Amino acid sequence: MKLARLVLVVLVTCGASRVVLVAQQSPPQQQDEFVPIDQLPPQDQLPAAPLLVAAYAFVVLALFVYVVSVARRLTSVQRELERLEADIKRGSSG
Amino acid sequence: MPKWFIPLAILCGLMCATAPILVAQAPYESTMGLVQKVFYVHLPSAWMFLLAAIVCGIASVRYLFGGDSRQDRLAWAAAELAVLFGVVTLVTGPLWARKAWGVWWQWDVRLTASLMGWMVAVAYLLLRKYGGPGSDKLAAGLALFGMANVPFVYISVNYWRTIHPTTNVVPTLPTSFGVPLWFSAAAFLLLFVLLLRLRMRLEEQRARIDALYLSMDT
Repeated sequence: MKLARLVLVVLVTCGASRVVLVAQQSPPQQQDEFVPIDQLPPQDQLPAAPLLVAAYAFVVLALFVYVVSVARRLTSVQRELERLEADIKRGSSG
Repeated sequence: MPKWFIPLAILCGLMCATAPILVAQAPYESTMGLVQKVFYVHLPSAWMFLLAAIVCGIASVRYLFGGDSRQDRLAWAAAELAVLFGVVTLVTGPLWARKAWGVWWQWDVRLTASLMGWMVAVAYLLLRKYGGPGSDKLAAGLALFGMANVPFVYISVNYWRTIHPTTNVVPTLPTSFGVPLWFSAAAFLLLFVLLLRLRMRLEEQRARIDALYLSMDT
């Protein structure tokens, strides 16, 4: 029990000191004027190429998936239609 | 399939192969740079999304008041294309906005209304698939709301404060930007017509199957 109490005290003390340390750190430098996006430092700039490639890749992929989906559904319906027509022909001749 | 389908498909394929070359040759827009080239697929897909919603709505009205099942098949095909071109618009837009606006999404009126229109098209398809008997008429009613949303999406940017560009951008485009845009739009329109016809063909075949099953029962 004493040990648990001791551990708890140590944890609380460590946590409190961490809070004090964070509070003592100087706040980040405030920006007080407008900076155009193309004049930002390189680490803050977002590369355009991955976004552009992602957009065009998505368009191609979405259209391709849709065309394949319609073609597959059409093939399956066509097969069922041919089977039905054959069944009806067989039924009427027999 | 009609006779015009194959020649139009070849033309569409050639246009889709040429469009990226025109887009690559288009100049960089001065403030947005490279990412502005998303414009050449985002805007045509948005137009096809709105066109699909209008076709679905008009066909639904004609089905509701005329009872022509061909109009119902057209509405169903157009609703599927509204979902397809809607998702392309709603994905390419944020990819462009992330760089141009600094955020993926804004709950402004144009974006929110577009999302609502897309959700109406999805609801239409879900209703047709899982709604059971009578869902065709219910879905046709829903399509009217989808169509009513279209002018709202289009003019919203002119009446509400938004960071989305207004409808004045396209008419005032310089030729160097306009040519790839209109070429890309023409390719998307051809693709829309071909996909609509292909999707209608699927519904026609399904209708034939239903008719055959009915004839076997009687």
